[in-house]
Amino acid sequence: MSYTITEKILLAHTDKKGIVPGDFIDARVDFCVGNDITAPIAIKEFEKTGAKKVFDRERIALIPDHFAPNKDVISANQCKLVRDFARKHAIKHYYEVGRMGVEHALLPELGLVMPGDLVVGADSHTCTYGALGAFSTGVGSTDLAAVFMTGKCWFKVPESMKFIYKGKLKKWVGGKDLILYTIGDIGVEGATYMAMEFCGEVIENLPMDDRFSMCNMAIEAGGKSGIIEPDEITWAYAKEAKGPKGIKALKEKLKGIKSDKNAKYSSVKEYNVSKIEPQVALPHLPSNARPVSQVKDVSIDQSVIGSCTNGRISDLRIAAKVIKGRKVNSRVRLVVIPATQKIYLEALKEGLIDIFVNAGGVFCTPSCGPCLGGHMGILAKGERAVATTNRNFMGRMGHPESEVYLSNPAVAAASAIKGRIAHPDEVAG
Amino acid sequence: MILKGKAWKFRDHVNTDDIIAAKYLTTTDPAELGKRCMETLDPEFVKKIAKGDIIVAGANFGCGSSREHAPIAIKGCSISCVIAKSFARIFFRNSINIGLPIMESKEASRDIEQGDELEIDIAKGTIRNVTKNKTYNASPFPKFMQDIVDKGGLLNYIKSKG
Repeated sequence: MSYTITEKILLAHTDKKGIVPGDFIDARVDFCVGNDITAPIAIKEFEKTGAKKVFDRERIALIPDHFAPNKDVISANQCKLVRDFARKHAIKHYYEVGRMGVEHALLPELGLVMPGDLVVGADSHTCTYGALGAFSTGVGSTDLAAVFMTGKCWFKVPESMKFIYKGKLKKWVGGKDLILYTIGDIGVEGATYMAMEFCGEVIENLPMDDRFSMCNMAIEAGGKSGIIEPDEITWAYAKEAKGPKGIKALKEKLKGIKSDKNAKYSSVKEYNVSKIEPQVALPHLPSNARPVSQVKDVSIDQSVIGSCTNGRISDLRIAAKVIKGRKVNSRVRLVVIPATQKIYLEALKEGLIDIFVNAGGVFCTPSCGPCLGGHMGILAKGERAVATTNRNFMGRMGHPESEVYLSNPAVAAASAIKGRIAHPDEVAG
Repeated sequence: MILKGKAWKFRDHVNTDDIIAAKYLTTTDPAELGKRCMETLDPEFVKKIAKGDIIVAGANFGCGSSREHAPIAIKGCSISCVIAKSFARIFFRNSINIGLPIMESKEASRDIEQGDELEIDIAKGTIRNVTKNKTYNASPFPKFMQDIVDKGGLLNYIKSKG
């Protein structure tokens, strides 16, 4: 029997001898996560069942990152509910403001997700961890409550789609552009219920931060998960995050965690990336992707650089490179949000914060913030933002008549300088 | 169980921000969430509907965020069932898990018009369009999911298995 990497990981978390796509399985979960919006429902549902103990206090993360630091009294109450539960059950991985970061940047950074793991989170962007060669997917709050109780979750084994990227990436083009281009090709339901497997020479040379951006947006194509086979780049990241202890043994154990040659795919797509420009997804679907040079005369009121998609240190470095020594257009508000405290400190050390602030931008504390219209940069009626976030749905960042254009950090930075959506070459050629 | 109500039509790719905007995710109360259901697409929606009415949508209903607040808001504003051409996967499992009746039918999604009177037989998986005097069949749930629905949601199902 030949398997994809996704099928192998799922199988390894059951007691079954074999699985095929379409099977329903009850799988053991290695790690689960909830945030200040989704965990309150999970906690209430968990308590309603009369359950007294969580399945494992060391394999649950609770992270107040969406409306935290508390944006108002009702958000404060929700965060408190999560905090109280974490204290009551001595949840090991509760991350308070000051230590917390955007969950999907924080957990990998802390070494809490490893290749081969099965992870679920009550957040749709949980698919991010596929970049580490883990099977990870977003679920609902009731699912999370069930994991709290049993340490297990039900799945339909997904079919896999294979995406092969060949050629050489142009300057300013990264993981965000590849995934926007891919979603533009297959559409927002192009991968519904599917595992999206990214591979090819371009992926093999792609840094981890770009891999995270790609897997993060698998959900935007309807995907159940995104995944990249672990390689030396993955293991170097895992070693840095978790520390060297046990990494060698884990790597040895997972030697076979890759797709078999004869593994079955529902479809295989091949892209030559050499001509792909930085991409911009126009409102109101992530699939409305266009080359940035075709997006002309679109003035902006705000540029947001951050989120679980593009709030990592390499994203901030690229944005700073474009912005350094320049001024943000007087009609634009530049909002930069590092995804974690570690990224914040690294940006401080490297002088990136100086660059953003001297240019006339703001540098915020980690939070999901404006990505989902929470706080720290909400749009008024008729306003328009370019953002390195993941969704450009109607009203996503504020008023229903505001607009979000999705891009990579270089485009968001160049646009902040120009006051309109711009190619980074126009600013920092 | 027979559900009766009027059809309210929606487009393809209705996302969970459309169903309940993130700014309202500061509560988990179904009635409160229900007051804001579909507000982005139609600010008057919850004022116009009657108890038991039915949402009929196109493809990929419930795409986007994993927020369970979305099916809770739909239940909370007393919509009895959602019919769609297809559902996004997290919304689909959330609906099963919390016991919101949903039905997948290409034909019903295409054929039903705004305001049509519908009668749904959940057990049989049939949708009767009283206005048009037509009946559509919905895709049946796999047994495993039907068991969860029959037990009234995922947590009851888990408890029943001990």
